Amino acid sequence: MGFINSKAYLVENLYAKEIKKVKTRDGYGKGLVKAGEKNKSVVVLCADLSESTRSEWFQKKFPERYVQVGVAEQNMASLASGMAAAGKIAFISSYAAFSPGRNNEQIRTTISYNNWGSKPGKEINVKIAGAHAGISVGPDGATHQALEDVGLMRLQPGMTVIVPCDDIECEKATIAAAETSGPFYLRFGRADYPSITTSKTPFQVGRIEEFRSGKDCTIVANGPLVYEALIAAKKLEKEIDCQVLNCHTVKPLDGKKLLSAVRKTGCVVTAEEHQWQGGLAGAVAEFLGENYPVPIKRVGVKDRFGESGTPEELFKIFGLTSDDIVRAVRAAVKMKR
Amino acid sequence: MVEIKPIKKVTDLKKLKLLANQIRLDLIEALVSAGSGHTAGPLGMADVFTALYFNVVKHNPKYPFWEERDRIVLSNGHICPVLYSAMANVGYFPRKELKTLRHFGTRLQGHPHRSTLPGLETTSGPLGSGLSQAAGMAYALQMDKKKSRVYCLMSDGEQEAGQTWEAAMFAGKNKLRNLTAFIDRNNIQIDGHTEDIMPLEPLADKYRSFNWHVIEVDANNIQAVIDACHEAATIYEKPTLIIAHNIPGKGVSFMENDHEWHGKPPTAEQAKVALAELKVWRGNILQNRD
Repeated sequence: MGFINSKAYLVENLYAKEIKKVKTRDGYGKGLVKAGEKNKSVVVLCADLSESTRSEWFQKKFPERYVQVGVAEQNMASLASGMAAAGKIAFISSYAAFSPGRNNEQIRTTISYNNWGSKPGKEINVKIAGAHAGISVGPDGATHQALEDVGLMRLQPGMTVIVPCDDIECEKATIAAAETSGPFYLRFGRADYPSITTSKTPFQVGRIEEFRSGKDCTIVANGPLVYEALIAAKKLEKEIDCQVLNCHTVKPLDGKKLLSAVRKTGCVVTAEEHQWQGGLAGAVAEFLGENYPVPIKRVGVKDRFGESGTPEELFKIFGLTSDDIVRAVRAAVKMKR
Repeated sequence: MVEIKPIKKVTDLKKLKLLANQIRLDLIEALVSAGSGHTAGPLGMADVFTALYFNVVKHNPKYPFWEERDRIVLSNGHICPVLYSAMANVGYFPRKELKTLRHFGTRLQGHPHRSTLPGLETTSGPLGSGLSQAAGMAYALQMDKKKSRVYCLMSDGEQEAGQTWEAAMFAGKNKLRNLTAFIDRNNIQIDGHTEDIMPLEPLADKYRSFNWHVIEVDANNIQAVIDACHEAATIYEKPTLIIAHNIPGKGVSFMENDHEWHGKPPTAEQAKVALAELKVWRGNILQNRD
């Protein structure tokens, strides 16, 4: 039977009801401050959402390096491009529905393509932070529930796309984004999520981490669905032995790790708080379809818009809970020949 | 460390006029070789590009990444034939390379791409985002207490894009005195005259209300363009907009003021006539009869 990977250094009370829940964006705020302390070139731009994106934490520490741009996400993306061309590492903060939702073309032309082919040291270092992504923004409703942002961003050549699983990982991802050349997209939700990793949990951009070993089915998850996947694996413990992979970096995808996993288990379930096409599921299905076709079941939002409700209600209604993953695993295993 | 110095300014007006003429000749030949691209806008703006690259702007083609350089940001990327022609004439790359415009493998992409050609400050084409990028550069340069100035060139048509005004608001708020923007005011866009497509006037008042200093200039008068840039540099509290009134197609009689020439290149036959006209103009400049 599989077990939690001791080298993942997850919290000890992983399965406890009272597991600590923290806003993922807190990790963004902390990461920004740490990145700013390490490097004076780090600047933060924000489109009138400084408190809720936690950009405010950076603003308080480094007011001279904080740029308020007002409700103007298109301008923000291109301003950041200009600042990056003048040597800055520019984080732009807003809700994912607006950035990269509204400013997709500005990101494409003035950040990704502008960066494409850059000489070392001349990259366009813009880091896009899409907060309040997914349906867990809850009562605000579908206008604010970005469900296609990961798909949009992973279609842009040269863009690194990261969906951290909790606040601790979000902090690491933010610092890594500041320290790694080129454009990044960091994506996180609004709600309090279980804080499952620790400072010792390994994190490297572009590397899948195995959180639980297993031989019957591979669950590839990111964002808050990593926790749901671990719970699902626990629920299935006596029935199906599930491996759980934390695929925080959707692009570039860690194909090597994915292949070695799937060669052993022979089937895959993807799990993400995003449309079930185009995001993590799309990345995994494209890669495995070409390299090692196996049955794949997708847990995600099924090509529809969100609506108002509490995050818990919406996770249930939209099929993003551990029980939905359990059902998907059973179906995937059944499809194995 | 080599001490980098900017290139020497060309101040002789006759020399500047001859350079502008050469830039026009070269861009016509480049467009014929390309077989597609925009003609009227580049011809109209040749005098502004001459003023900037040969007189106003602090730069050195040998050191395109020199940190202390002024920046030229072309927002309306489609007039890049004049940008490329000016860059070649000032020494960023060999003039003969102009004939590779829009061909496969060229550094002279149909719309400019920053990293393919040293000296290009940005990538542009989709209209409305250049002023934002220029404002971002100007803001960052001020943060670093650099003396460099940023010159942004926009079309009049792209004043219809909302992002332009987001950037205008930002530049006004932050008093980006190191930012000078031009509007290529030739009154034409692809589908017709700007005032028919979507009226822009009163354009100067619009920018003034966004806390910009505004100068209107005959942009086919090189000295007037240089003077306007000097005035902009003296304005301490505000960014400056130079409304660059120019004749689209300037120098080629059958192209002047005709929006049909906005988005197409001349045929080889038409180019012959155009080049002949430009050479007559050249002769007139040489004899002080222009």
